[in-house]
Amino acid sequence: MNPAFSVIFLTTLIGAGQGLFLALFTEQSYAVFHLLPRQGGGFYAAGSLIALVLLAAGLAASFFHLGHPERAWRAASQWRTSWLSREVIALPAFMGVVFCYAVAHWLDMNWVIATLPGGAVVDFTVLLGAVGTILAFVLFGCTGMIYACLRFLREWNSPLTVINFILLGGASGFILAAFYASVAAPELSSFFGAWAIILVLLGLAGRGASLIRNRRLRPKSTMQTAIGVKHPKIVQKTQGSMGGSFNTREFFHGKDAAFLKLVRPGFLLAAFIAPLGLLGLSLSSPATLGLAFLFNYVGLIAERWYFFAEANHPQNLYYQTIG
Amino acid sequence: MTQLALVIDLNVCVGCSACVTSCKEWNTSGSAGPLVDERPYGADPTGTFFNRVQTFEVGEFPATETVHFPKSCLHCEDPPCVPVCPTGASYKRKEDGIVLVDYDKCIGCKYCSWACPYGAREIDEKQKVMKKCTLCVDRIYDKNLAEIDRKPACVKACPTSARLFGDIHDPESVVSIAIRENGGYALMPEWGTHPANHYLPRRKTNLKIHEDELERADNPLKKDGKLPKPSKNEPSLDDISSW
Amino acid sequence: MGIFLKTKFKDRMSSIPLHDPTAPQEKCEIRKTTCYMCACRCGIRVHLKDGNVRYIDGNPDHPLNQGVICAKGSSGIMKQYSPARLTKPLKRKPGTERGAGEYEEIEWEEVFSTLSERLGRIRSTDPKKFALFTGRDQMQALTGLFARQFGTPNYAAHGGFCSVNMAAGMIYTIGGSFWEFGGPDLERAKLFVMIGTAEDHHSNPLKIALSKFKREGGRFISINPVRTGYSAIADEWVPIRPGTDGALFLALIHEIIALGLYDRDFLVRYTNAGQLVNLDAEHDEVGMFVRTEVPEEEGCYDPQNKLWWDRNTDKPVITHSEGADPYLFGEFKLADGTPVKPSFQLLQERVEEYTPEWASGITGIPAETIRRLAHEMGITARDQKIELPIAWTDSWGKEHDSVTGNPVAFHAMRGLAAHSNGFQTIRAMSILMSILGTIDRPGGFRHKAPFPRPIPPCARTPNTPLAVKPDHPLDGLPLGWPADPDDLFVDEKGEPVRIDKGFSWEYPLSVHGLMHNVITNAWKGDPYPIDMLLIFMANMAWNSTMNAVEVRNMMTDKNENGEYKIPFIAVCDAFHSEMTAFADIILPDTTYLERYDVMSMLDRPISEFDGPVDSVRIPVLPPTGDCRPFQEVLIELGTRLRLPAFVTREGKRKYRDYPDFIVNFETEPGSGIGFLSGWRGKAGEKFMRGEPNPKQWEMYAQNDCVHHYELPRSYQCMRNWNKGYLDWSQRNRITRYSEPILIHLYSEVLQKFRLAAQGKGITRKPPQRHAKRVEEFFDPLPFFYEPLETQMSDKGKFPLSAVTQRPMAMYHSWDSQNAWLRQIHAHNHLYVNASTAKFYGVEDGDWIWVESQWGKVRCMARHSEAVEPGTVWTWNAIGKAAGAWNLSPDANESQKGFLLNHLISEELP
Ligand SMILES: Nc1nc2c(c(=O)[nH]1)N[C@H]1C(S)=C(S)[C@@H](COP(=O)(O)OP(=O)(O)OC[C@H]3O[C@@H](n4cnc5c(=O)[nH]c(N)nc54)[C@H](O)[C@@H]3O)O[C@H]1N2
Ligand SMILES: Nc1nc2c(c(=O)[nH]1)N[C@H]1C(S)=C(S)[C@@H](COP(=O)(O)OP(=O)(O)OC[C@H]3O[C@@H](n4cnc5c(=O)[nH]c(N)nc54)[C@H](O)[C@@H]3O)O[C@H]1N2
Ligand code: SF4
Ligand code: SF4
Ligand code: SF4
Ligand code: SF4
Ligand code: SF4
Ligand SMILES: [Mo]
Repeated sequence: MNPAFSVIFLTTLIGAGQGLFLALFTEQSYAVFHLLPRQGGGFYAAGSLIALVLLAAGLAASFFHLGHPERAWRAASQWRTSWLSREVIALPAFMGVVFCYAVAHWLDMNWVIATLPGGAVVDFTVLLGAVGTILAFVLFGCTGMIYACLRFLREWNSPLTVINFILLGGASGFILAAFYASVAAPELSSFFGAWAIILVLLGLAGRGASLIRNRRLRPKSTMQTAIGVKHPKIVQKTQGSMGGSFNTREFFHGKDAAFLKLVRPGFLLAAFIAPLGLLGLSLSSPATLGLAFLFNYVGLIAERWYFFAEANHPQNLYYQTIG
Repeated sequence: MTQLALVIDLNVCVGCSACVTSCKEWNTSGSAGPLVDERPYGADPTGTFFNRVQTFEVGEFPATETVHFPKSCLHCEDPPCVPVCPTGASYKRKEDGIVLVDYDKCIGCKYCSWACPYGAREIDEKQKVMKKCTLCVDRIYDKNLAEIDRKPACVKACPTSARLFGDIHDPESVVSIAIRENGGYALMPEWGTHPANHYLPRRKTNLKIHEDELERADNPLKKDGKLPKPSKNEPSLDDISSW
Repeated sequence: MGIFLKTKFKDRMSSIPLHDPTAPQEKCEIRKTTCYMCACRCGIRVHLKDGNVRYIDGNPDHPLNQGVICAKGSSGIMKQYSPARLTKPLKRKPGTERGAGEYEEIEWEEVFSTLSERLGRIRSTDPKKFALFTGRDQMQALTGLFARQFGTPNYAAHGGFCSVNMAAGMIYTIGGSFWEFGGPDLERAKLFVMIGTAEDHHSNPLKIALSKFKREGGRFISINPVRTGYSAIADEWVPIRPGTDGALFLALIHEIIALGLYDRDFLVRYTNAGQLVNLDAEHDEVGMFVRTEVPEEEGCYDPQNKLWWDRNTDKPVITHSEGADPYLFGEFKLADGTPVKPSFQLLQERVEEYTPEWASGITGIPAETIRRLAHEMGITARDQKIELPIAWTDSWGKEHDSVTGNPVAFHAMRGLAAHSNGFQTIRAMSILMSILGTIDRPGGFRHKAPFPRPIPPCARTPNTPLAVKPDHPLDGLPLGWPADPDDLFVDEKGEPVRIDKGFSWEYPLSVHGLMHNVITNAWKGDPYPIDMLLIFMANMAWNSTMNAVEVRNMMTDKNENGEYKIPFIAVCDAFHSEMTAFADIILPDTTYLERYDVMSMLDRPISEFDGPVDSVRIPVLPPTGDCRPFQEVLIELGTRLRLPAFVTREGKRKYRDYPDFIVNFETEPGSGIGFLSGWRGKAGEKFMRGEPNPKQWEMYAQNDCVHHYELPRSYQCMRNWNKGYLDWSQRNRITRYSEPILIHLYSEVLQKFRLAAQGKGITRKPPQRHAKRVEEFFDPLPFFYEPLETQMSDKGKFPLSAVTQRPMAMYHSWDSQNAWLRQIHAHNHLYVNASTAKFYGVEDGDWIWVESQWGKVRCMARHSEAVEPGTVWTWNAIGKAAGAWNLSPDANESQKGFLLNHLISEELP
């Protein structure tokens, strides 16, 4: 596929936003169970706001992908069948909850909802956080499924796609949370940092698994099934449009194999290895953590580029040669 | 239930592209148009077409087959492009199985094109909506047209009549008969999309020659091979020997 | 994973669409006319909305295309609205150079005054200083008439570059040819052999027929170095080395004769196979048929005065004598001692050494394949005979109860015609078709009116320079069919009269003239310089020229006085082509949708096997801008120049305009013969011949722009020897003679030229420098030689052959201005067999140089398995000169495309 930057930004930005939110709420949950000291509302509010900014930026990026953004509202109509439609619903819903979560914290709307047997107090913000968490996962699921449900894009058609969206978004969110904490609540940065290391490691494992899986994939569609001629040697000579077509622009990344070979270790290095190293170096220095996030995010852009580029659409069988 | 479709006979398709430009021509001025052309007189001209003809070479010299291969939307019976559309702009008509795009609903997200394994959808870069073969839905029911014209433009144009049109659910239709009798097949059956359009394979006619056909009693050489008798006066052994 | 990831589509069906795709279309006005996106001339319906073209489709009622249309035809809209259109007469800006392409707009009056002043001066001094050459037009009847009336011999059309070998080779053998004048009867054929054909003049009809033929189980063999287009759907592809088909045909003839698979009855009665050839080396008439004294009938063309050696009486008899049956083989002595042989015996001797093994080495086709091909042809012809219950009478009065045929059909095109050995190759093919007994019979080759014609047809050029006289029409036709050296258009020294040297000892049988020579010769002043060149619908700066680079230089070259060597060039085109840039004055033509045209019986009509058909174009749109049909221009010029055909005896304008001319022009006053054959006579009740009918155009308009006369069934076959048909054709003045047209297996015409070269006979003799060549190549029996350019080039240095093909979706160089067609062919590649490419280290997609002894050109290579290893090929005329056709400077055509004509020459190395 030809990676579209609008979609790369959409998925990486909202991933980080979702991750950041999850990180904040993870911390709050720990606090609910008194495993961590409780922070003032401002910490969550500001953090959620950052998440919201990321989500909004992602949403904005997505509009660049549309031919008719003014009709985007229509995209909510087909939630029964379309993961894209579901995402279109889940994203604003999630953003709304994150917004409420931020406001609730800001205004200290800590109305107690329930007290758990262990003495943990579930207040209104926790409830919002829990709803937000569910929605974050729903959104991850929708985003992942947009790709994973396309059964002939076999590189994507795997649970790993959804899992990796969760892990990579989570990792970037937790790194960002660590950086945020190093500035706003330094005592928490190692908590987020430790989780970030775990998620980055899991993300590396997940992404590594999908790379290995994809390398082993044998295309299900072949020249033979594409045109229905049973002969081992079929070579395309013309595709009916010498100046290219939508089919050659949308489904080919246009870069050579060498470039692809470069991107793969590049993103592994930037999104996983470098942040791990930096996190290992220090879990408290804002500079190191900021750099870790920067590396990770840039790495994820490359990862996402590669995610698209690597996906080999069966339609490409019909568009091999201009002649 | 009706499922209209094209059947394309690769046995006679000569790759002339009549179906390509007649489709463009009809649709650019019809309800599916206009179809954009970018850089029409410049470098790498490109535009929206609903149908293109490609060429493949099969085998190695001298046992080479050249296959001309027209491809448009296959109007799948289980079209993966439809359910993924977030707006409902992509739909499949109940009454005849034609898969269409409602331009006024389409947001141009291109997602449906990702969901089509065949590369049958093309975005119109000017109107920014997804386009594809409409099976000439604006011709086939148009009562203003004469009966014989109520066919897709490409079918009418095709000089080798390699393109057949009809209802593949009606076992007696020309398309069903053609599929049945000539080994019609679907593209990429592995995806379970059940394309309504089918293709007919190449068929070969050979001539077997039997030895006895080359040596027959009515061979004209038997007449013509005879040389005229030499004149009696020409020299012969009789002139010099009496044995 | 399955359930987790599957989104099952569940009968989710349409809601009411916002955009109703089935909303009723706007009503269009439909007008019928004839397509001219190519020379095929299909019937079309043009759908108009508010005066603009909306849609063009095939006319279902048209006999030629029966409703179908091709890629070009469907793109007619984009031609009409092309930005490369010329819409105003242009004059080269004073002070600018030719080729720079700087023009200023002028009015038509200036065009007419400039041209008539110049032409008037030329006509009253030396008319041959005006040369009129046309390209892929279809109005040679009018352009030819204009040239003749003007008095210049220097007129020709594309034919000389295009079909001349095919037309000449076949017409000199069977009295008709492929191209527009005949074709394969695929309706009834069982075996179809297509040789060297990519697209065709019979584009849609051939496709219709081919598909029907295949579906009915016919066997289709294609002989071609390349497998694309039609060949793609052949049951068998026989790759052949370019220029070697002659060898293949001779070997097939060898095998068919050796096995007795020829149609003896056909050969005896309908060819000159049994006629006795004089073999007395001392005799002045050696190599000619022996003739006997018979009372010669008035107007008899090919007198039936030759001899057979009768098997029954063992005596020579006049051919076709009642009860006689000639020997086809053998050697005999006439009463006077003259040794004679039937010509078939000579043919058999000729092909003796042309064995399949021999041909295999030349053609690259395995000998067993050649043998099998011969067997398939012979056995299909012999064992699948067609018999139709149609009674007919032959020219010798014999009544036949049925029409029979041998269902083997051939079709061949430029692949044979465009090689320098093409004439003999096509003779060999015609002979192969004849010995299989497939001429004008069901399932074989079928003529189309006005063919068959006598061998050779009667049209002659003048044979003396005296025919060119100031202020007089040319005394004869500018183009014709020489029957012997006395028909050559040469002066007393035997030197050419025409600028292209057509019909001279250099190019004796150049039946269509040689358009590609005109610029080179005019530039050289050989045989003489000219004053004005008028080019119509020909891209002679590009496609219809060989050696394109040099030719472009010649047009801008000046002599010592600083004057252009070709002083004045006028071009009539509809587009900014490569050629218009070299014009001193440009005449903007209309498109085919804007003008009247006739596809006349006097030119190349669209006749069918079953009878004559002619057709017209009727404008569906007004001319764009200030463009004007060239027909109108010619009539206006003819009138201003007072050419006799265009003015009354008093010198007054005779025709209001072109449509008026078409209706009222008669070849001679009262002849009743004009450009159109349909609806003649005062009320349109006559055809072929009849008084002018003022309503003729309306009647064509009411009848799909076509006049189709279906012959009685008994006149539809065997027309070379069909008494009924020949008499009908004579009565309707399609031909002057109704004598049988015997097939010339053995060509006396060629022998006459050979005799002249040997110094024998009473006809003119060639200048010494031509004698050897004429003697060698004017062989009355076909023989094989390598194409001359191959013979003369260093095969070590130039081991490959390069050929071009027409893409089905482009017409010559016309269609790069067409926004849709150029998306299909924006540039061209050079296709090279993958193993050949590997041998030379050429990768798929590499930029490479292709070189010949004349030049080199850069192009992109593509590997292919569908091309014979010794051949490389490309689509013709896709590459364009930068700046032409109003394409942007970075357009693919000029940046990535290339023109193979840069590598060829009109002259031998
Ligand atoms: N290498 C190579 N060269 C070839 C051939 C080949 O196979 N290979 N084929 C040869 C053959 S067979 C032929 S017939 C010649 C053809 O060669 P040409 O007759 O030169 O054909 P074109 O190159 O198309 O040029 C025709 C011109 O007519 C113009 N034209 C188009 N429509 C109209 C119209 O309505 N009115 C007027 N006035 N002009 C119009 C076009 O703009 C163009 O400039 O090419 C020959 N050249
Ligand atoms: N679409 C389209 N149609 C056209 C035209 C056009 O420009 N475009 N032009 C029209 C005109 S003017 C003409 S003259 C006709 C020409 O029609 P064709 O004669 O079909 O012309 P080409 O396309 O040059 O095809 C020549 C074929 O001969 C093959 N060939 C080359 N050398 C040899 C050989 O030595 N032996 C054999 N056996 N094959 C050989 C080539 O591979 C090619 O397939 O087409 C007419 N129709
Ligand atoms: S119009 Fe017919 S023959 Fe031509 S490419 Fe299309 S399907 Fe093939
Ligand atoms: S061919 Fe593609 S666009 Fe057409 S119905 Fe099938 S999946 Fe949809
Ligand atoms: S591009 Fe249009 S039709 Fe396709 S999925 Fe998006 S909204 Fe639906
Ligand atoms: S059916 Fe109509 S829209 Fe579809 S390819 Fe044919 S002409 Fe085009
Ligand atoms: S074959 Fe030629 S005349 Fe016929 S529709 Fe095509 S372009 Fe027109
Ligand atoms: Mo031609």
